[in-house]
Amino acid sequence: MIQNLKQSLIVSVWFVFLTFPLMVVRVNTMDQVVIWRWMNMVWVAIGSFILSYLWRYMLARQQVRKKVADEGVEIRSRTQLLLEDMSFRYKAMGIILLAALVFPLVFDTYQSTIMISALIYVVLGLGLNISVGLAGLLDLGYVAFFGVGAYSYALLNHHFDLGFWITLPIGGILGCLFGIVLGFPILRLRGDYLAIVTLGFGMIFKVVMENWDGLSFGPSGIANIDKPSFFGMDLSLANSTIYIYYIMIALVIFTILVTNRLKNSRIGRAWIAMREDEIACVAMGIDIARTKLSAYALGAFWAGMVGVLFASKTTFINPASFTFMESAIILSIVVLGGMGSILGVIIGAFFLILLPEYMRAFSEYRMLAFGAAMVLMMIFRPQGIISNLRQTYEYKGSKDKINNG
Amino acid sequence: MAENKHKLLEVKGLTMDFGGLRAVDSVTLEVHEGDIAALIGPNGAGKTTFFNCITGIYDPTKGDILLHPKGLKTRRLNGLKPNKVTEMGLARTFQNIRLFPDMTVLENVMIGRHCRTKSGIFRAVVRGKRVREEERQIVESSYQLLEKVGLADFANEFSKNLPYGAQRRLEIARAMATDPFLLLLDEPAAGMNPQETADLEQLICKISAEEQIAILLIEHDMKLVMNISDPIYVMEYGKKIAEGNPQEIKDNPKVIEAYLGEETDA
Amino acid sequence: MEYFLELFFGGLTRGSIYALIALGYTMVYGIIQLINFAHGEIYMIGAFVALIVAGVCTIYGLSGVSILILAGIIAVIYACAYGYTLEKVAYRPLRGAPRLSPLISAIGMSIFLQNYVLLAQTSDFLPFPRLIPDFLFMEPVAHIIGSPELVILITTFITMILLTLLIKKTKVGKAMRATQQDMNMARLVGVNVDRIISLTFVIGSALAAIGGVLVASYIGQVNFYIGFLAGVKAFTAAVLGGIGSIPGAVLGGLILGWAESFAAGYISSDYEDVFTFGLLVLILILRPAGLLGKSHKQKV
Repeated sequence: MIQNLKQSLIVSVWFVFLTFPLMVVRVNTMDQVVIWRWMNMVWVAIGSFILSYLWRYMLARQQVRKKVADEGVEIRSRTQLLLEDMSFRYKAMGIILLAALVFPLVFDTYQSTIMISALIYVVLGLGLNISVGLAGLLDLGYVAFFGVGAYSYALLNHHFDLGFWITLPIGGILGCLFGIVLGFPILRLRGDYLAIVTLGFGMIFKVVMENWDGLSFGPSGIANIDKPSFFGMDLSLANSTIYIYYIMIALVIFTILVTNRLKNSRIGRAWIAMREDEIACVAMGIDIARTKLSAYALGAFWAGMVGVLFASKTTFINPASFTFMESAIILSIVVLGGMGSILGVIIGAFFLILLPEYMRAFSEYRMLAFGAAMVLMMIFRPQGIISNLRQTYEYKGSKDKINNG
Repeated sequence: MAENKHKLLEVKGLTMDFGGLRAVDSVTLEVHEGDIAALIGPNGAGKTTFFNCITGIYDPTKGDILLHPKGLKTRRLNGLKPNKVTEMGLARTFQNIRLFPDMTVLENVMIGRHCRTKSGIFRAVVRGKRVREEERQIVESSYQLLEKVGLADFANEFSKNLPYGAQRRLEIARAMATDPFLLLLDEPAAGMNPQETADLEQLICKISAEEQIAILLIEHDMKLVMNISDPIYVMEYGKKIAEGNPQEIKDNPKVIEAYLGEETDA
Repeated sequence: MEYFLELFFGGLTRGSIYALIALGYTMVYGIIQLINFAHGEIYMIGAFVALIVAGVCTIYGLSGVSILILAGIIAVIYACAYGYTLEKVAYRPLRGAPRLSPLISAIGMSIFLQNYVLLAQTSDFLPFPRLIPDFLFMEPVAHIIGSPELVILITTFITMILLTLLIKKTKVGKAMRATQQDMNMARLVGVNVDRIISLTFVIGSALAAIGGVLVASYIGQVNFYIGFLAGVKAFTAAVLGGIGSIPGAVLGGLILGWAESFAAGYISSDYEDVFTFGLLVLILILRPAGLLGKSHKQKV
């Protein structure tokens, strides 16, 4: 007890010291005055004192859990069991689908717009989940593929007047092609190098878009991009939002369907095996280069496709929409949701995108919280909100029934 | 050793250098059809490096690794990627178990089927009849392999939750799923208790007899090696110092010296 | 010719700063095989603390070089403290976790620290006072190399010599080298590995802070975002020279500095960052072990 108190006190004093110059002092060079914000110091002291208790408690709990796991006892939470129950799953899916379909009829355009951006992030999350979650390839420049999709629609629309529906697959395919072209040289790289190189690609994309005026119109971007047409009719703003909302719902369902099938296929298993142990994987006869490339390219495909939709939704794009922070947000969706888990990523996307939208006071602290959450998740719950469900098969001549996770 | 048996693997003068260090020094070795060959030697003799050269994880500095599949033409394995080597019909296990911990036991074996099946991305998305049939076959043959190594009851457990001895057996099942005609086992009995070792001995004999898979194993458990292996190759400091049947090896003064020269866990 | 020399010294200055930061990456990577993504943020925090100290001192009437030294010392102390805490909070609990976990934690920490400074201070660029005076004796060559550049070059040079001495000659340095080669073996022979890892972070952070203060007083402004790009570039330098190798980091930093300086001077400055990343990609593809690095065979 005393020991704990003392430890927390030390932590508290330490953090007061650490945060002192940045949190307490503020120099106003214009008026030549120093603003001392002593209240911040009090908050830091109290906050770190309490947090250090929590930290120790969580670490101790983690230790116990690890020990139990080491003894070969598997803890299966109630949620997990519930989620593995097929009939529950079908019911839940039905209800969610119904809710999704009536949403724009019940709520106003503003709400639908927010929901569309959340859905965009769902698709982005699911796409990145293929390369990061399933194949274990950390991609920090994912937003570049999103940008490729958005720019391909913006440019094709601007120069050739191509419509949304034609460009949608083109965007996906272009994203995919970029994935392959960029993927080729980096196949041999180890995981952490791959992360840095993809980060570099992401930044190169932005710099090029900012400077290559002839192609991308530079930092001022491209405006007046057409919204999706509805059998040749022009829709009012409200109707067109609803229309885009439904397109997005369809796209999300399509993404879930395809990624789920991929995950439970021969290719998907190879991705997961590669993530788990690359050497064992190659020793089992799996072509690592091809497997990596397919994961990378398929991840890029979704970003390219949803990029087209993003451009048509906002009708204006510029390089500022494709910063590293976007990549980081998508990555935190995957990490927080649960790497490899489709349901987890969906929940993660809604959580991370809607929470700051609806809690305006919170939105300022959004990135701070994302960063902290990534660290805390890795330490205390590396499997994410929804851990990956295991795949079970039935055998013995009977038709194998496959449960999807 | 019967000379009329078909020669499956032929390694000639294999040498592997790491910088200035010669880990394997012109080792020659042969494995014939139906053999349970063993490669023994003190720790650090270069046995695992030898395996890694054969299975394509390292590219050997010198020498030839020739594979003679029955009824097919000879292939030189030098410099081939590990997955190609596995495709040729040569599978392995690892000294320090390398399973896919977050996949189920069955899925681990199913991975082994990967290189013998074909369905690609588009087919997986469409999931037509052919793909479903292939999947069914993968599940079924994998399950049968699990039955063979006695792990069928654990099929849907995560492989990380298996006890140690079972993990070793799962590695063998996974390797067998690639349809090899030669199986390389790297210390399959390491860390096993006597009962588990006895079970393993039976399993290896069963694989050799029933599946017509030749076996080359690295092992420190001399009782196991002497019981089942013929021929036995002995390595020390990267060099092959002896070969022969168990009796010859037991009587070989060089081998005795190598083993008495240091403490062994044999 | 004069333009060439100007670019040469500009590149040298820039490169020596990259080298200072790159050393932190290389040392940490050498020991725990982690890209310490938040290292750039430590550099930024160092610069920010120096800015605050300098600001407070100026307002309370101190002047000139004394401020620079005071600000530098306090910045280094704080950077060390942050580096130490960073390792303890974000990386130590993850030792032995899957490879991706500490890397994601590092990215999270980088985002966190950036936004922490953004919220605690400001998102604007803050002017950094000019603390390095113009030396009289530099006047004849001032159009090629200015006084701040000279100070930066001398400081980095001395710092690197001290670092080399620390690693080569002291007992702690020996323990660090031992830990780098084989952590388990070092532990067995009685090296306190946890302490060595902490120390590595502290030293790396100190170097980054020195770099931060020098850059800030050279460029004259500071912002919460400067650490990110500098961090990525320094990492490129570390990879270029061969990650894990200390002379490699210095060499990589200098080459990168020159490459950027000449490319910006003779080709176009718009694509400066593209050159850097292009270089990084090329190196990783052609020679992943870097110029001075040793390629390691993965043990199976």
